[in-house]
Amino acid sequence: MRMRALATVGTAVLLATTGCSVSAKEDSTPAGTPSNQASQSGGSTAPKISDVVLVTHDSWNLPKKLVAQWEQQTGYHLVVRASGDAGKLTNKLVLTQGNPDGDVSFGVDNTFATRALKADVFAPYTPSTLPAGVSSYDVAGDDGQHLTPVDHSGVCVNVDTTWFASHKIPAPQSLDDLLKPAYKNLFVTPGATTSSPGMAFLLATIAQYGDGWQDYWTKLMANGAQITDGWDQAYEVEFTQGGGNGKRPIVLSYDSDPAFTVKDGQTSTKALLDTCFSEVEYAGVLNGAKNVPGAEAFVDWLLSPQVQAKLPDSMYVYPVVAGTALPAEWAKFAIQSPKPLTVSPTEIDTHREEWLQQWSDVTSR
Amino acid sequence: MERRHLSLSPSAGRYATLLALAAVPVAVLAVFFVLPVIGMVGRGFRPEGHWDVGGVLEVLRRPRVHRVLWFTLWSSTVATAFTLALGLPAAYVLHRLALPLRGVVRAALLVPFVLPTVVVGVAFRELLTGPLSWLSIDGTPTAIIAGLVFFNVAVVIRAVGAAWEGLDVRPAEAAAALGAGPFTVFRTVTLPALRPSIVGAASVVFLFCATSFGVVLTLGGLRYASVETEIYLLTTNLLDLQGAAALSLLQLTVVVTLLGIGARLRPQRASTQRAPSRPRRPRLADLPQLTVTALLLIFVAAPLAALLVGSLRTEGHWTLANYRALTSTGSHQALLEPVTTALDLSLRIAVDATSFALVLGLLVALSVSRRGTGHREGRAERRVRGTLDAFFMLPLGVSAVTLGFGFLVTLDRPPLDLRDSPWLVPIAQALVALPLVVRTLVPALAGIDDRQRQAAASLGAGPLRRMLVVDVPVLWRPLLASAGFAFAVSLGEFGATSFLARDENATVPVVIYRLIGHPGSMNYGMALAASCVLAATTAVVMLIVERLRVPSLGVL
Repeated sequence: MRMRALATVGTAVLLATTGCSVSAKEDSTPAGTPSNQASQSGGSTAPKISDVVLVTHDSWNLPKKLVAQWEQQTGYHLVVRASGDAGKLTNKLVLTQGNPDGDVSFGVDNTFATRALKADVFAPYTPSTLPAGVSSYDVAGDDGQHLTPVDHSGVCVNVDTTWFASHKIPAPQSLDDLLKPAYKNLFVTPGATTSSPGMAFLLATIAQYGDGWQDYWTKLMANGAQITDGWDQAYEVEFTQGGGNGKRPIVLSYDSDPAFTVKDGQTSTKALLDTCFSEVEYAGVLNGAKNVPGAEAFVDWLLSPQVQAKLPDSMYVYPVVAGTALPAEWAKFAIQSPKPLTVSPTEIDTHREEWLQQWSDVTSR
Repeated sequence: MERRHLSLSPSAGRYATLLALAAVPVAVLAVFFVLPVIGMVGRGFRPEGHWDVGGVLEVLRRPRVHRVLWFTLWSSTVATAFTLALGLPAAYVLHRLALPLRGVVRAALLVPFVLPTVVVGVAFRELLTGPLSWLSIDGTPTAIIAGLVFFNVAVVIRAVGAAWEGLDVRPAEAAAALGAGPFTVFRTVTLPALRPSIVGAASVVFLFCATSFGVVLTLGGLRYASVETEIYLLTTNLLDLQGAAALSLLQLTVVVTLLGIGARLRPQRASTQRAPSRPRRPRLADLPQLTVTALLLIFVAAPLAALLVGSLRTEGHWTLANYRALTSTGSHQALLEPVTTALDLSLRIAVDATSFALVLGLLVALSVSRRGTGHREGRAERRVRGTLDAFFMLPLGVSAVTLGFGFLVTLDRPPLDLRDSPWLVPIAQALVALPLVVRTLVPALAGIDDRQRQAAASLGAGPLRRMLVVDVPVLWRPLLASAGFAFAVSLGEFGATSFLARDENATVPVVIYRLIGHPGSMNYGMALAASCVLAATTAVVMLIVERLRVPSLGVL
């Protein structure tokens, strides 16, 4: 008797599987989805030589149409392997050095570039025609031999201008201001140990205060700063302009954010331009790539006018190619810092562990 | 000492059976777990290509490591205790009492299991900083422990409940007839009979707590580091593989020790009687259990309700816009594929992962639990079984980061060039679910007296028929319960999946993380809506599983 019920379950499971398989995707990307049918056809999904495999972080994003256009023009097929943030990506590349899980990488940033270069992750490649402005973002010492700049962004303290207006308090302007009693319990930032913007903010304070940065953080914590694990928690949950009805009107985020809080032709947030740290993201051909020409073509394509123009809307970053037109809302509301704070990649690489250790100690006291 | 029969020495044949049953799961675990972990830990031990054991041991002297270890141990212990305290009464109420909608409630309680921690974090904080702000536990260890209990209480309810349901009621009735009060009956009759499943569930819960990653970060606000979060930090950010290796080994040592303790606490032989009870009407004496269950339901329902409300609101008014948006790719193209596609894929992967986990789990459970009474079990044989049992629990005790990176560095060349295999995701998820499946099946299987099989055999039943009349009736419920677990684990798994899932075929939790990580209020709303869909899907699947067994109950 029970066997009948067992059979019913079996049938239901089978139906569920086949039912799902029937409603397969319309477009023809070979997703390699494991279904029960796939087991019969068997075989691994070894990439064909026309595949270009991109190893990147999970903020990677470009319009499908644009990718399809490139695939049509070149005959390559782009396979994307995205996971984690810039740190996880870099370490993955370092660990798989020489036998990488792809051909080309995008997303190693200036805070991790030295580590990747030291580990010999990237093969030499410089696009034959570099558009104007690109080389000014090169990693010092590499000078574009391995890593090609693709985009840049500013990580800044942002304020909810409507909140400050309605509370009749002047908004803070600088890092120093965040220590004032008027802004007690109003600031939230993602942590340096778990988030790349959080790390950028730590570097901003190091650039600003030098050896006094630990003292600054001690005071910042004493003034009720909140630390979350990720940017999403800080912005979406705790920030007053985020999705979750947060309670804090000062948040660590990007200089382009004011372009995303526009309503009725007005933005409700502002980036504090004296608090910005500049982040640059790079692309490069991987050492041991199976499809070197495809990887090189991909790097070239990232600097093409079409891709550069789509970077703001797709990945919330600025193009590196000079003269690329920005979307209307960016042109109007996203203001870049004229003199962002910087720390050299080599210095970051040397001190990262020590700084993060000290930061953890100061913030968890 | 039971020695009813003169001892026959354990024959080589029995060993052969044991090993044959265990061979497939052992091989799978060796390739997809042992090898990658050794690969990663090995890199920590050999930083420049030569051995440096001293460097790894040096890590264990760091004061920070001591703090991290201490926090992990005490928070997991407290969380496990609370999970048991809330879960046991609820297991009784939901599996032994005839209450309306108990199937729905049981299905709903499994929902937290699949929710992405970020989302639960959002819901919890909404509560802790809103209606419950007077507790002022936001960002404290209390919040972390509450989160751990929220996630894990279903384990106790399911695993212990399944055992409780299959428990013979006659001994308890006999004890009561002899004048024992309800508490005495529980303490002297019911509890000993349930002990294997309770200890099993508790050890799983403890391991889940000790290795939880998102809860500690999201609810603790980064002030508290557990071994798991520390390994993540050391591996993904600092690339301090020595430190990560040291902590991984520490974690493994603790896990193995605990498994050893658990094995000692579990009696070697469970009760052999079987006369499943029918659920009965609640009585006044059940009031304490009912109260605890009600409290538990409120505790679980509150964050879920907050989540549901959040998903139904956009800019201050009620709307279904977030749900309609699930067929799109989000504002500013946050996703490459709509959420509906991800859901489709998640379900298919979950079916595959569940089948893997059940097949492997059944093989493991059979090899670990099958013992005869016709001979005295040798010490060595018991030791082999104990080792096997612990071996399959190990995946719970290893960080997903270690495993994920391990896959990349060890399964990267022929004959094991599996990095890009689409099977990696379901296999990894099945490994995560395997301990739960084993822990649910073993107590049931151990309860079968081999003499029943022998009796069946002497009456002329062949091996298949013996299995049908002896094993299947007992295994039926635990098998369903563990199928539910495996399915839920697969649907909600994030750590390993995020490492292995390809962008073109992201599962729902991966998609939710993407959505919540992209600015734009619509993406945030979509993330909440997608979480609700994930939760509802799980609940519905659980409900179907629960429903399916009703006719069979009626027949017997």
